[in-house]
Amino acid sequence: MRNLVIEPTSKTPKVILNADLGIFEITGRSIPEDAIGFYRKILDWIEEYGKSPLPDTSFKFQLEYFNTSSSKCLLDIFRKLERMHKNGHKVTIRWHYDADDEDMAETGQDYQALLDVPFELVPV
Amino acid sequence: MSMTYSYYKNMQLNNIIFVYQGEVTADLVSSILQMVENKLEGEGEDRKVKKRVFNVMVECLQNVYHHLDALPPTDPSNPVRDKTALLMIGREEKDYYIITGNHILNDRLPDLKMRLDRINKASKEELKQLYQEVLTGTGFSEKGTAGLGMIDIARKSGQRLGYDFHPVNERYSFFSLEARVSRIAEK
Repeated sequence: MRNLVIEPTSKTPKVILNADLGIFEITGRSIPEDAIGFYRKILDWIEEYGKSPLPDTSFKFQLEYFNTSSSKCLLDIFRKLERMHKNGHKVTIRWHYDADDEDMAETGQDYQALLDVPFELVPV
Repeated sequence: MSMTYSYYKNMQLNNIIFVYQGEVTADLVSSILQMVENKLEGEGEDRKVKKRVFNVMVECLQNVYHHLDALPPTDPSNPVRDKTALLMIGREEKDYYIITGNHILNDRLPDLKMRLDRINKASKEELKQLYQEVLTGTGFSEKGTAGLGMIDIARKSGQRLGYDFHPVNERYSFFSLEARVSRIAEK
């Protein structure tokens, strides 16, 4: 399937979704006014990818900031990955965060508690 | 021109870093965020504090952008609705404060007041629960935001939200919200 790459802006993260190389990353800041508009393409891509994923999918999230409308979209992404996991595919979410950013660590723990999919907290 | 000095003194006395009165657009919100972020960066504010201030500022400003109720045109020959608001950021000895002010339809007031009171009464743990309920719950409102903003502001602020409704006329009030972020980073 076609790769999806979105370059970062001052309000939106860098996105790399590359099934050929097995790279799945969302990094940077996510504070758009219209988060749904931004994440629609990403959600569609993951939905499509989930139909026949690689044997092992490791999805990296490393966000410096995100607003509350993005937080809902992130949950939607996690739910799709959770579904892949429940369908028997190997999926890991890796939540990278600045080691002394407690807020981002806590947010990661919040998501971890809500989901039934391997979810690793990775302080960097 | 004689007012300039008193504006200046007034802002200085109230520790105001930034104040804006006018129409709130997405571009304006971006510019303010960038400007204040640069200022925090330049003054060597603690990284954790800086992040928190920035986070709270994003939510406060976007809240106004999404939820202000525009006033009907004042001039009947000019159909432009008044989407103006007040945005203010200040720094005191112990806290940063972010104040927003915007018009709101009186019909929406009771519900908003109820939500704010609920948030202000909640403990840290209850806020976390509330956040998760809203996050996983009913989804987005018609304006495309999750209704999470205020809860997130309260969580990041760690202090009670200040608010006021000033009656404007039979249909509108002026809603002010104040969020404070402590400058003393916890360990």
